[in-house]
Amino acid sequence: MQYQSQAVAKPYFIAALGLFVAQVLFGLIMGLQYVVGDFLFPHIPFNVARMVHTNALIVWLLMGFMGATYYLVPEESESELHSPKLALALFWIFLVAAALTVVGYLAVPYATLAQITGNDLLPTMGREFLEQPTITKVGIVVVALGFLYNITLTVLKGRKTAISSVLLLGLWGLALFFLFSFYNPHNLVKDKFYWWFVVHLWVEGVWELILAAILGFVLIKITGVDREVIDKWIYVIITLALVTGIIGTGHHFYWIGTPEFWQLWGGVFSALEPVPFFAMTLFAFNMVNRRRREHPNKAATLWALGTGVMAFLGAGVWGFLHTLAPVNYYTHGTQVTAAHGHMAFYGAYVMVVLTIISYAMPQMRGRAANSNASQVVEMWGFWLMTVAMVFITLFLTGAGILQVWLQRVSATPSPFMVVQEQVALFYWMREWAGVVFLAGLLAYLASFFVKGRENAVA
Amino acid sequence: MSTSFSTSSARNVFYGGTAFFVLLFAALVFQSESETPKRDRREMLAANPQIAAGKRIWEDNNCIGCHSLLGEGAYFAPELGNVVDRFGGGEAGKAAVKAFIQSRPPEGISGRRSMPQFNLGEKQLNEIADFLEYASKIDTAKWPPNIQG
Repeated sequence: MQYQSQAVAKPYFIAALGLFVAQVLFGLIMGLQYVVGDFLFPHIPFNVARMVHTNALIVWLLMGFMGATYYLVPEESESELHSPKLALALFWIFLVAAALTVVGYLAVPYATLAQITGNDLLPTMGREFLEQPTITKVGIVVVALGFLYNITLTVLKGRKTAISSVLLLGLWGLALFFLFSFYNPHNLVKDKFYWWFVVHLWVEGVWELILAAILGFVLIKITGVDREVIDKWIYVIITLALVTGIIGTGHHFYWIGTPEFWQLWGGVFSALEPVPFFAMTLFAFNMVNRRRREHPNKAATLWALGTGVMAFLGAGVWGFLHTLAPVNYYTHGTQVTAAHGHMAFYGAYVMVVLTIISYAMPQMRGRAANSNASQVVEMWGFWLMTVAMVFITLFLTGAGILQVWLQRVSATPSPFMVVQEQVALFYWMREWAGVVFLAGLLAYLASFFVKGRENAVA
Repeated sequence: MSTSFSTSSARNVFYGGTAFFVLLFAALVFQSESETPKRDRREMLAANPQIAAGKRIWEDNNCIGCHSLLGEGAYFAPELGNVVDRFGGGEAGKAAVKAFIQSRPPEGISGRRSMPQFNLGEKQLNEIADFLEYASKIDTAKWPPNIQG
């Protein structure tokens, strides 16, 4: 670690991992509710568990992005952070707001939460992934603005690099598109249309800039490849990402009351969305193959390569599977979507955050890399989580294909709940894969506490 | 990558390409907005304020946390975009939807998935039923493929 202020990343990473655990535990609860329908009912109904599962994911990824930014921007800018105190204050505000929101989800019925947080004044609640009370959303905007102020000033006063510019652009875009979460018209079609301006333009738009910047930074550090080469790759990848991803938004506009021209536009452009992810895989492997140094942190290298591969499979291949309108007509709103969602989020965003944590945490703890013993445990975590996620995805895909057949393609379509019982075996297998994922997560967390002989000092 | 393609050209292609596709997307959104009134049944919304009230009930109870609506949401419980039609259509369909919501056992059903008992009053039940009927009238390009959603 070259700059004192980079250390503010540490609490962000620790809190992110804490929320990751909560996310996975609630995922297991939901997975069980799929097959044991009354599990924890009526205390934690499925919808409540799902809010915790998805919102914890969003918040911990944002925490991870912020931690990554606080860590890499001083090093890129060759300058201390504008205000480490502000960064720390915003951390506590964000953490407390997130915790209070989760407590709100669990402690009172959602309708009561809507009432006591004044959803009447500006109704924004009750939409998928945007379930947070309006006041929490305002808090997110305040934290984001303070964060962007701090980072932008740091970048402006120091060295300007491609990585910091791309990261900054992604982060400003993230904050900007979140503002659409405050637009909630009575008109259901318009509500759904602009809802995607947050959801799609985040994960298939500006988040990809953040992903590319973080991955590029770690690859520079661990491979020693020239920045010039890495920068060029980053620009090519994000060009492909935005050229395909922006109009690719149209693949959400097939069946929600929007005009049918979207079927062609959305189909063509989103069918190309695997291309940037494939470029990212090539990028990661090429840079590691052309490395000019042997960095002692093998685990971070593994995470970086894993991000390339799993993002391509989850976001690229599994996205492509159901993105064309004639296919999506049958798969829309089935377990096929759930399968894609799981592997895409894990492969792209979870793994890139774990990549930067794997690289940066040892540095912040005063060493270039953890001991070999610790890295072995971390790699066990990598493989268990990654293989478990592959199986979760395969089982959900199996469930989804059967669901499509029985409920939508068959000459005698069965009702939803009848079909759910028929595919229960796949849900059981998914749940067991989820248990393995949890084991992998615990191994990963344990690696932080494994001592052993340290490698070279930082 | 070849050396003839420099980092600064890559950067320029990025900014130029992004700007072009943002503008193209904006044009498509504009076109979409101009065609949507023919499909989104906004005249129903204007004629019946109960629909907007029903959407609030839908949101305030986080229905999307289990159900999908026009295919979006969670996949734990049935699609509701066409539920009024699935339950018989028209007034009979709405009455059946209301009866279903009202009859959910507070303690659930042993071993099975069950919708929570939301204790909605008659007014709220009418509003949510009108909202779901409005959703069923939106022109969704013939989705879902059949009545099972």
